[in-house]
Amino acid sequence: MLAKRIIPCLDVKDGRTVKGVNFKELRDAGDPVELGALYAEQLADELCFLDISATLEERKTFASLVKDIARNVNIPFTVGGGISEVSQVGRLLEAGADKITVNSAAVSNPILVEDMANEFGSQCVVVAIDTKYKDGQWYVYTHGGTKATPILTIDWAKQVHDLGAGEILLTSMNHDGTKSGFALDITRTISEIINIPVIASGGAGTMKHFKEVFTEGKADAALAASIFHFKEMEIGDLKNYLREGGIPIRS
Amino acid sequence: MDVAIVKYNAGNVQSVEFALNRLGITPIITDNPQVLRTADKVIFPGVGEASSAMKYLRERELDIVLKNLTQPFLGICLGMQLMCKHSEENDTDCLGIFDVKVKLFPPEEKVPHMGWNKIFNYNSPLLKGIDENEYVYFVHSYYAELSNETITTSNYMFNYSSGLNKNNYYGFQFHPEKSGETGAKILKNFIEL
Repeated sequence: MLAKRIIPCLDVKDGRTVKGVNFKELRDAGDPVELGALYAEQLADELCFLDISATLEERKTFASLVKDIARNVNIPFTVGGGISEVSQVGRLLEAGADKITVNSAAVSNPILVEDMANEFGSQCVVVAIDTKYKDGQWYVYTHGGTKATPILTIDWAKQVHDLGAGEILLTSMNHDGTKSGFALDITRTISEIINIPVIASGGAGTMKHFKEVFTEGKADAALAASIFHFKEMEIGDLKNYLREGGIPIRS
Repeated sequence: MDVAIVKYNAGNVQSVEFALNRLGITPIITDNPQVLRTADKVIFPGVGEASSAMKYLRERELDIVLKNLTQPFLGICLGMQLMCKHSEENDTDCLGIFDVKVKLFPPEEKVPHMGWNKIFNYNSPLLKGIDENEYVYFVHSYYAELSNETITTSNYMFNYSSGLNKNNYYGFQFHPEKSGETGAKILKNFIEL
């Protein structure tokens, strides 16, 4: 049986790991290559590195970082952050990344998703969706959650699936940084409607939250950052808890 | 030890190269027939689409070269599927090393089959020291049927071949280069054949 995946996410700025609380405050949590290799040793199933650099100079650091990660990490990893062109995707895949995540650029130019799938295959195309619950509906937000759009999350998920996305990384802005649990309803809705894996993100605080998102939320994978970086939860303990709870987990 | 990685239009070469580096091996990445014929080991990785990969190999007559090698040869993912007889992916005739057909997963579960799944029923020295039901990393939409050339089985909706072997030719559907310590052990077993 296919195992549910645990994915630590590392936000990277100028070669260092950071994590925003509600996307605003940043704290330093170490060297991304070292941290990534440590998580792989602790049986993380995949890693995610998001470049949150603001300047071109810092972005150059990220491309060489991807190669360093590939050299040192023996599990799959996704990279993303500020990607808007197919040529950038090609360079990151050549550097050794397994999957590429796109967010705002896909919303403003959906053909990017199709072009990536045609050129490199759906398996490496992860569309990240930042979503927020407002007035009874889930909407798509862009630019690190700062810009609202009139697009319904469910419509956007269907559209990117049709364009060839291989996976969806769904982050609830209402839950991100709160440690009060994942957004179970929208995660489940998306997972049931589209036939590609859904990674749930935003809100992980306890082990029970992970169990809920795999059962009630029907997520294929769950992503978290600060609880792992600041050692509030060990991946090994979390995996033991989930396995004892009857969830298929890689040991 | 000379390990050659086949260079073509569907190789995920970088990850395989780094995995070999971690085992202390510096592979040669080449499409030169002479270098491929004389290498101690040949690895045939692959991420991409079957028909364009076969077209590329045939245009350069690499298909003939690959079919007639005598040293240990390991196909990974699409590489393994290309070693089979035929793939449903764009109705493609493949190398025909394995007498096995490659079919599209039905849409009853999510496709591609992506993530960590178990391998079992081992029948090969490449799985030496690996526990039964160990997890490895898969990403694929097409699968090889079970056959008498199957050396590992996996289950996604049903049982299929996650590994094949005939004479000096080996293939794995999963990615040993991305399968943590288990994958590293399998690659090491291949190198030590």
